[in-house]
Amino acid sequence: MTVLLAPATTTATGATSKPPATPVPAAPLVPAVTPAAAATRRPVTGSVHSWDLSTGVDGPGTRFVTFLAGCPLTCLYCHNPDTWRMRSGRRSTADEVLAEAAKYTEFIAAAGGGATVSGGEPLLQPVFTGELLHRLKHQLGLHTALDTSGFLGVRATDALLRDVDLVLLDIKSWDRETYREVTGRPLRPTLDFADRLAALGKEVWVRFVLVPGLTDDPANVDGVARFAAGLGNVSRVDVLPFHKLGTAKWDALGKDFTLRDTPAPTPGQLAAARETFAARGLRAV
Amino acid sequence: MDATGHGGAWDGFKGGLWRDSIDVRDFVQHNYAPYEGDADFLTGPTPRTTAVWQRLLSMFPEENERGVHDVDIATPSRIDAFKPGYVDGTAVDHKDLIVGLQTDAPLKRAIMPNGGWRMVESALNSYGYPADPAVKDIYTHLRKTHNEGVFDAYTPEIRACRSAGIITGLPDAYGRGRIIGDYRRVALYGVDRLIAAKEADKARRCLDWPTEHVIRDREEISEQIKALGELKAMALSYGYDISGPARTGREAVQWLYFGYLAAVKEQNGAAMSIGRIDNFLDVYLQRDLDRGLITESEAQEFIDDFVIKLRIVRFLRTPEYNEGFSGDPTWVTWSMAGIGEDGRPLVSRTTFRALQTLYNLGPAPEPNLTVFWSGRLPRAFKDFAARVAIDTSAIQFESDELMRPKYGDDTAIACCVSAMAVGRQMQFFGARVNVAKALLYAINGGRDELTGKRVVEGFEPIEGDHLDYDTVAERYDAMLGWLGKTYVHALNVIHYMHDKYAYERLEMALHDQDVLRTMACGIAGLSVAADSLSAIKHARVKVVRDETGLAVDYEIEGDYPAYGNNDERADALAQRIVSDFMGKIRQHPTYRDAVHTQSVLTITSNVVYGKKTGNTPDGRRAGEPFAPGANPMNGRDAHGYIASALSVAKLDYDDAEDGISLTNTITPDALGRTPDERVANLAGVLDGYMASGGFHMNVNVLDKATLQDAMEHPEHHPQLTIRVSGYAVNFVRLTREQQLDVINRTFHGSL
Repeated sequence: MTVLLAPATTTATGATSKPPATPVPAAPLVPAVTPAAAATRRPVTGSVHSWDLSTGVDGPGTRFVTFLAGCPLTCLYCHNPDTWRMRSGRRSTADEVLAEAAKYTEFIAAAGGGATVSGGEPLLQPVFTGELLHRLKHQLGLHTALDTSGFLGVRATDALLRDVDLVLLDIKSWDRETYREVTGRPLRPTLDFADRLAALGKEVWVRFVLVPGLTDDPANVDGVARFAAGLGNVSRVDVLPFHKLGTAKWDALGKDFTLRDTPAPTPGQLAAARETFAARGLRAV
Repeated sequence: MDATGHGGAWDGFKGGLWRDSIDVRDFVQHNYAPYEGDADFLTGPTPRTTAVWQRLLSMFPEENERGVHDVDIATPSRIDAFKPGYVDGTAVDHKDLIVGLQTDAPLKRAIMPNGGWRMVESALNSYGYPADPAVKDIYTHLRKTHNEGVFDAYTPEIRACRSAGIITGLPDAYGRGRIIGDYRRVALYGVDRLIAAKEADKARRCLDWPTEHVIRDREEISEQIKALGELKAMALSYGYDISGPARTGREAVQWLYFGYLAAVKEQNGAAMSIGRIDNFLDVYLQRDLDRGLITESEAQEFIDDFVIKLRIVRFLRTPEYNEGFSGDPTWVTWSMAGIGEDGRPLVSRTTFRALQTLYNLGPAPEPNLTVFWSGRLPRAFKDFAARVAIDTSAIQFESDELMRPKYGDDTAIACCVSAMAVGRQMQFFGARVNVAKALLYAINGGRDELTGKRVVEGFEPIEGDHLDYDTVAERYDAMLGWLGKTYVHALNVIHYMHDKYAYERLEMALHDQDVLRTMACGIAGLSVAADSLSAIKHARVKVVRDETGLAVDYEIEGDYPAYGNNDERADALAQRIVSDFMGKIRQHPTYRDAVHTQSVLTITSNVVYGKKTGNTPDGRRAGEPFAPGANPMNGRDAHGYIASALSVAKLDYDDAEDGISLTNTITPDALGRTPDERVANLAGVLDGYMASGGFHMNVNVLDKATLQDAMEHPEHHPQLTIRVSGYAVNFVRLTREQQLDVINRTFHGSL
């Protein structure tokens, strides 16, 4: 017996796009909705891993968070490796997501907060993500946040970004080699995206995961800090302690969690990293 | 009386109505000073406060170990039965600022046999004390008790329900409690004026033809007057003449406390709540501050010392009682805040001082500090209350916006979630019935799923391999009808006998003569029943029967939506159980024409109810605890505590006017990344929950590791406090089973 956690209509709706096999090839990662689909105005669908209500962890206040399935990165410390593959999600329409989010607009209006589109990597499904953000913002009147690694920032159209109030931008490392080691991908696209957001004047919270022995080299931390401080649109930096709560997920997927023996950062290490950001004039928490 | 009250006691007070009739609300409304500032004015504990509290703290571990610190086995308690006692020292050298103990020594418990002799004897024996033969003789041969009276009038069917555990926790063997005397009256008017008012009530009643009701009223008022006389005598033994009104802040606290103390000397009530007192006391403290008579530190010290006294209220109770209401709770519920009918916040500096006691003395479960939450409360107060909740896990929140329209703005909570207008309303506490077990009875046609015994006559079992929803719903409806009838029948008997043999003389002396009474029914097992119906409706549920045809287990084929995911398909079933059962209860006339209400609340009895309930069609295994109160079953709520809370918020308060309890245990990380952020976010969550129609939220902000460490090393966590359904307990005083239940069943973290 399992308890049904999602609406009963769980069958895929004859998706036009095949989720890519993992490991995800460099490009093209996934086609956008086909022109044919757009022409016939078929409802926009995407692969949704899950949704959740969270407070204080996915942007300001209490938020309706949609986790989209699929990610081009394979971060060594990922705590949701079950969201890497698009096929692990459920094909959903934007209407379905919006109907769920609409149940919380009254709560969120009173509590403060908004909606966050997260993942996985939401920009792996830019059309769906754009549709969600647009409707969350304009139909439900919610503050919107996009939680992204920025690796696929080039796929975010200016229109999509107009519907985003806040970008939660993961800069996983300043050192390029470390970045590639952590994520399996190059750093450059993330930095380009950050520059573009700065040019647009879009509010950004930078997120940086502190992993002892991997990302905690002072020069590495200061590199992110210097870059972020130079952007001018970064209102806060979340220094997130590496943790191993996702270990069971790695095991369940039969994947090797190579950071199994890496310790969580000490309070002192976290404070030092935050101080590095603060020294560059950033608010780090 | 002179214009300013006795000897200037009322100097500077405004308003007139309250001078001519007993009306504390009117006094408070005319005189309290709403405070919209922040907590910066508050002061820490004085060395005296710390020393007194430390002395008591040092006594707790041994008390916890033995179950009681000491018992006076030979003195049946009454208001003036004991000589004065002090926390530390004697009448001449003690350090108490606010004096008075239930017996002649701190933590020493009294026997109160009017509720029932057997319970007294069983409690004494379980802690290694003999029963005093002379006292036993009185209460077994000379003086009948409430418990004896109830069992004289119970039906065989009620007894069967009791032993099967479908109706349990009934106050037929202990004091019903949940009556709040308006203790403020003692301070504002002095006892003589209260006696005069009662004499006038009695004189009016003497004009009426002596029907049974009128005779009862006259006898009760006479008893109330005698109790007020004993209250005066008791205070006098401590050196205080409380025949007239209090003249200072310290006296106001002391007079009020004497009133409360008299109540807890007389009644071992399940919940002995203290009402809504902070703004009342603030009027006196503020007058003293304005006159330069006291400093802020002294004002705080009076409140701290008063709270110390409230923390050491003790009753002698049986182990069975403790099973259902774990951790030695007394429910000294102190209600505060909310918004007045005129729109002003019911928050004063003393509201802040009351919360500050959790810092000055450290966290504790009592008094049960209860904040009436409204989106309209001042920002600074919201933030302070949220901060205290995060730091101490010791306060609870209830919706002022739901209560005020029903009960007015001078409302307090008795016990956990039972609202009543102070001094004008009381309730007949009715514990609860097990609606999950009732569903199994519907399936088994009234036979108990654990014993196979027939408990209910006149029902046929449901046949067939698979459960058909419509059939089950129809039979369940009929079974709930039987249950409601049997339940109200039992409660009528109980409260008739309680009034007769264990009447709350002093508490009722601090009420108006014409009070509104409610018959407070309750249900447990809501989430199990709702999920079971959802499984039957949305999946296929196969019945497993034993050789006697008794359904003993269920196999679920497919998935079902569970209550706790803000999913209408399941939540509507929970709403319907609540509203249907309310309808069943309302069909049956009540003792003293009490208004029917019900609660969705379990205290810690969710564990014992679970023990007494077999396998259920939702997949829950026999013996497994229920979720507490109205909580969804943990682990089935997959979208976080807010989605879960919004399922609970859908339960209609009109169908459960005695309260709907929700307990959330959240890790600090799941509220935000910085202390300030957590405060703002928790205040936001409370705003959101109440705006969505939610009634009550217990908030624990704790790491699981802390609780696990407290299980292994209780000595390191003597004051660790955690909220369970409707009250707070010292975590280390819970049974291991209950500790595990808290850890496993109510945690929400973020990943």
